[in-house]
Amino acid sequence: MQESLFAPGHRACAGCGMPTAIKLVLDAAGPNTIVASPTGCLEVTSTPFPESSWRVPWVHSLFENPAAVASGVEVALKRFGKTDTNVLVIGGDGSTFDIGIGAISGMFDRGHRITYVCYDNEAYMNTGVQRSGSTPFCAKTTTTPTGKLSLGNPRPKKDMAAIAVAHGVPYVATASIAYPVDLRRKVKRSLEADGPAYIQINAPCITGWSFEAGDTIEQARLVVETCLLPLCEYVDGVLTDVKKIRRKKPVEEYLKTQGRFKHLFRAEGGAEVVAQLQAMADANAEKYGLID
Amino acid sequence: MRRVVEGSYAIADAVRCCSPDVVSVYPITPQTHIVEHLSEFVADGKLDCEYINVESEFSSLSSLIGASVAGARTYTSTTSQGLALMFEVLYNVSGMRLPIVMTTVNRSLSAPLSIWNDQQDSLGVRDSGWIQIYAENVQEAIDLTPMLYKISEDPQILTPSMVCMDGFILTHVYEPVDFLDEEMVREFLPPYRPEHILDPENPKTFGAFADPSWFTEFKYLQYQAMERSREKIAEVTREFEEVFGRGYGGLIDTYAMDDAEIALVTMGSIVGTVKEAIDDLRSEGVKVGLVKIRSYRPFPGDELKRALKDASVIASIEKDISMGYEGALLTDLKGAFYNSSIRTPIIGFAVGLGGRDIGIKHVRAMVERASRVLDAGIESEFEIFDVKPECL
Repeated sequence: MQESLFAPGHRACAGCGMPTAIKLVLDAAGPNTIVASPTGCLEVTSTPFPESSWRVPWVHSLFENPAAVASGVEVALKRFGKTDTNVLVIGGDGSTFDIGIGAISGMFDRGHRITYVCYDNEAYMNTGVQRSGSTPFCAKTTTTPTGKLSLGNPRPKKDMAAIAVAHGVPYVATASIAYPVDLRRKVKRSLEADGPAYIQINAPCITGWSFEAGDTIEQARLVVETCLLPLCEYVDGVLTDVKKIRRKKPVEEYLKTQGRFKHLFRAEGGAEVVAQLQAMADANAEKYGLID
Repeated sequence: MRRVVEGSYAIADAVRCCSPDVVSVYPITPQTHIVEHLSEFVADGKLDCEYINVESEFSSLSSLIGASVAGARTYTSTTSQGLALMFEVLYNVSGMRLPIVMTTVNRSLSAPLSIWNDQQDSLGVRDSGWIQIYAENVQEAIDLTPMLYKISEDPQILTPSMVCMDGFILTHVYEPVDFLDEEMVREFLPPYRPEHILDPENPKTFGAFADPSWFTEFKYLQYQAMERSREKIAEVTREFEEVFGRGYGGLIDTYAMDDAEIALVTMGSIVGTVKEAIDDLRSEGVKVGLVKIRSYRPFPGDELKRALKDASVIASIEKDISMGYEGALLTDLKGAFYNSSIRTPIIGFAVGLGGRDIGIKHVRAMVERASRVLDAGIESEFEIFDVKPECL
């Protein structure tokens, strides 16, 4: 087997979905690739000076600027005639959905040939599980705790893929580490796009979501099988592919295995929230035609 | 070639002569004309570079990080709120040791909103690890541009730098300037060939994080590079004079200091006004001189001590206030003398805030105030000058 471009020895938690996502992305992109990353779990677990897990050139600057940094890399490569090199951003959802979204919008708008990859673990995990724009409805985080007056995060997850599509980005996809063949294919396709691309990869966080060690891939599969996360592909703004679900599972099967949703099965009002989440999953199934 | 042009056009032309690979821009008054002229050069085929319009100053400097790490010579300019928005990026650029050169057009910081000149913006980022050199006039701002690329890109320095020039006063003035000759600049400023770049053939990691066992060493090495830049600034200034025939002293320059009893210390475009006032006062027999600070970071402590050792009173004139203390320059100036045997009284004035005009009469009034220290001692160490009586 070919040596991974993301070397072992990094400090990610046992059971973290993120390194799996990174390995799959780099495996698809190949060695002629430059990566820019924001501050976050990936950065701190992969580059404690003087060590690095990166076997491709990699640059980190700040939390909110990897899309701008990558824009500079891409134009410099163009200047030097090295347009065959892939330029990727790989960052988490806090950077992508929230603090770095302005720079991402600029990067999309300018049409740079960059694939922006978000490994999505649905909260600010590096700082200790605070709510991000990607946190699902009624998930418990350390800034959306449960309590007498709270059932967790009061807002639904932001639809970042739709925001990318709205920019006219030629290639947009959602993917999951539970479907590695699909994920690798999407990365390869994104690199063929004549312009920017956005790929959002669901990557479960064992500490933030609180599930059994060893269940990471199972968690990633369940969110797809419940239709809470549609795996889609948009080419030039048109929905061209969805991951079909053979047997749609009830959302409880996903929710009940995670600490961040545990309160929904105990607290008053929890059942209504589960019903709301089920309605969201049903709406996804309908909207994206997820059921075979 | 000597021509009468707008300051911003002259700066854009100086940047063109330095052959940047990547220029990343965002509009903000009074910096905008510089980047407009650069875009015209690109549109007319007079400047061959990648020119990108980004969505904020935060991204203009951030994109230059990517370009610089990829091996490009880079340029941007900003002012005031734009510089403040860059605050986080400034420290990152210097910590990553990227030799980015930026024109910092000096403008006040809101609130209240003001588009006019003072130097609160760049003084507020004095600790960010950038070399800061203040231009007296458009010619100096032109000439500093290739000089700062040469200083910043030196492998022993690798420290970003800013040409600080007063907004409107220098950016929008039409005055005769000598243009740089592109071929001569090419000879003076060798191409940028960094040792470490993003290269898939030789993958390296940039921007790794440092835990407490390494962070101090990064800062120590950065500090040493900034210290080495003192000699480099002086050396490159001399070299520039040999090639282009225009000299600027070094980290400081002096005017009428030989027998000066009253010494003024200032920086930026106000220097010209102060020189005029000194000429008048000298003709009246007042022994007044000027030390012009060119390099504020690195701070020219030794040069100031040498230049000011025989003065009887020293007065700083600056366009900023460190709220809760006094003018930043005044503090630095006093600090430079503390461990020396020189015990000259030092006072300071904050002037020209938010674009308030400073004329010869104001300089004369400050000299008068300083001369009173000779008789009566220090009455007020720091004063905000020219405040409306109803606020006093």
